[in-house]
Amino acid sequence: MNRATITTRIGLAVALALSAFPIYYMFIMATRSNEDALDTPPPLLPGGLLGENVERLLATEDAHFLTGLLNSAVVAGTVTLSVVAISTLAGFAFAKLRFPGARLLLGLILVTMMVPLQQMGVVPLYELMVSLGWTGQLKAVILPFLVNGFGVFMMTQYVAQAVPDELVEAARVDGAATLGIYWRVVLPALRPGMAVLALLVFMQTWNEFLWPLIVLNPDNPVVQTSIAALNSAHGTDYVMLFTGTAASVLPLFVVFVLFGRQIVGGLMEGAVKA
Amino acid sequence: MNIAPPQPARPPRPGPQARRAVGRPSPGGGRWSRFDLRGIPYLLVSPYYLLFAVFGVFPLGYTLWISLHDWELAGDKSWLGLGNYAELVADAEFWNAVGNTLGIFVLATVPQLLLALMLANALNKRLRGRLILRLGVLLPLVTSVVAVAVIFSQLFSRDYGLVNWLLGTPITWQNEKWSSWIAIAVMIDWRWTGYNAIILLAAMQTIPRDLYEAAAIDGASPRRQFWRITVPMLRPTMVFVVFVSTIGGLTLFAEPVMFEGNPMMTGGTTGQYQTVAMFVVKEGFRDFDMGYAAAAAWLLFVLILLGTLVNYLFTRRIR
Repeated sequence: MNRATITTRIGLAVALALSAFPIYYMFIMATRSNEDALDTPPPLLPGGLLGENVERLLATEDAHFLTGLLNSAVVAGTVTLSVVAISTLAGFAFAKLRFPGARLLLGLILVTMMVPLQQMGVVPLYELMVSLGWTGQLKAVILPFLVNGFGVFMMTQYVAQAVPDELVEAARVDGAATLGIYWRVVLPALRPGMAVLALLVFMQTWNEFLWPLIVLNPDNPVVQTSIAALNSAHGTDYVMLFTGTAASVLPLFVVFVLFGRQIVGGLMEGAVKA
Repeated sequence: MNIAPPQPARPPRPGPQARRAVGRPSPGGGRWSRFDLRGIPYLLVSPYYLLFAVFGVFPLGYTLWISLHDWELAGDKSWLGLGNYAELVADAEFWNAVGNTLGIFVLATVPQLLLALMLANALNKRLRGRLILRLGVLLPLVTSVVAVAVIFSQLFSRDYGLVNWLLGTPITWQNEKWSSWIAIAVMIDWRWTGYNAIILLAAMQTIPRDLYEAAAIDGASPRRQFWRITVPMLRPTMVFVVFVSTIGGLTLFAEPVMFEGNPMMTGGTTGQYQTVAMFVVKEGFRDFDMGYAAAAAWLLFVLILLGTLVNYLFTRRIR
């Protein structure tokens, strides 16, 4: 590893600035007025109108912004818990138990990860939800997102290295059943890996757009479709749009900053094994 | 799209203990303990496959079935055979969407990979504040696609946008193919370059250091080391990154939709930036021609399979 040269340092500073600027700009706009937004050059320092903009956002009835935030939290939370549960169960089985067909089943998951279900499944999934009478309901959004091959793969990998075979063996000798081993031996050892998976799945689900746009009604949106509604109905009210956008990313930023070290670590660990 | 890279296809070898355990029922004995060892593993993995059957296999098959019909949501459903496909292949609007999707994909992916490579190399140097830098370049990934589109649509707006102000141009970025493609490619690259750099960085750190030391002794400059050691060693990871970008790029949807600003799904007045995913949604959910939309979705799938296949062949050649 070489020492960083001046050029490298400048390059990194530019990259960091380019990464941060649009986000900074979004928060600036959320504190300004629409007249400010139309200045040339656009304002680059915060104003004092954040409270007013938030009030206007919440008063815009056709956007249902608060409902959207709440729905997103419910959807992303439910999906995260379920995917973590499904993935740790399957990961434990694939990594520590031996059963015919394991390789084939695991390979199948890799294939399923190549299918862009969101786009491919749109028409039939919509028909399915119509025939079940579930359109407009959150379960119609949640259920398709539970199919997450990445989670199973990540957990298989993680169980293999985080749970020593000796531990499983010792529990067996003590007469523990497989499910008991999962609950008392495996799960406690998986906490860090589960946290990374949970964060990744939560972010991914929180940011989903196409499927909720199709299956939910405008009066019961998730936060992303609520912003899309703001965009099409009040597209000229820039600052309100930006206030909504800022409010929609803020929860994720807080989580990201709090758990940043683990997320970066988890991403890089996964990458090395790929 | 998945936010993090997939893991290798090979399952880790079951430990010898697990293998022995299969042949040796626990002291309790009997039918239950045999089920515990033979049956429970399938029970544990079944939730994923059940869900995938319902929300994966069924939609794929059903899309194929629908695509063979003149299928309206509440109305007629009559058999067409390959009629939808025949119409689609002759539909200039569809091919325009395919062209846009591929064009934006290339325009976004090539600079993105080069930038990610340079960024990863810079992040791999010895410096202070490494965690802050890494978090900083990952921040765009945490920002939702919708938020990215809102921010950049404003930055690219004609009269009051920062981009036109900086360039001193009065461009209406939505109006032309080239300009709308650039704006959309910038959105994609802003969101994904940092992530790809982190993945490449992780791979860079696994390259044995003595390779560099030997090269340095032979008098190779850092630049030469980068091109002769780093880049070749990164190839498998690059292929993975391209693979993920391919799936993401060919299913591009939220950025152009938000860039358009209204939910018409036409991608501009003459379809300058209508992607295939937008075409599917427009045909199915705005014009209510589900059969036609399903056929377009299947052709999109074929397109992605082809992309994946090209990737796969490429990977094999490298190994």
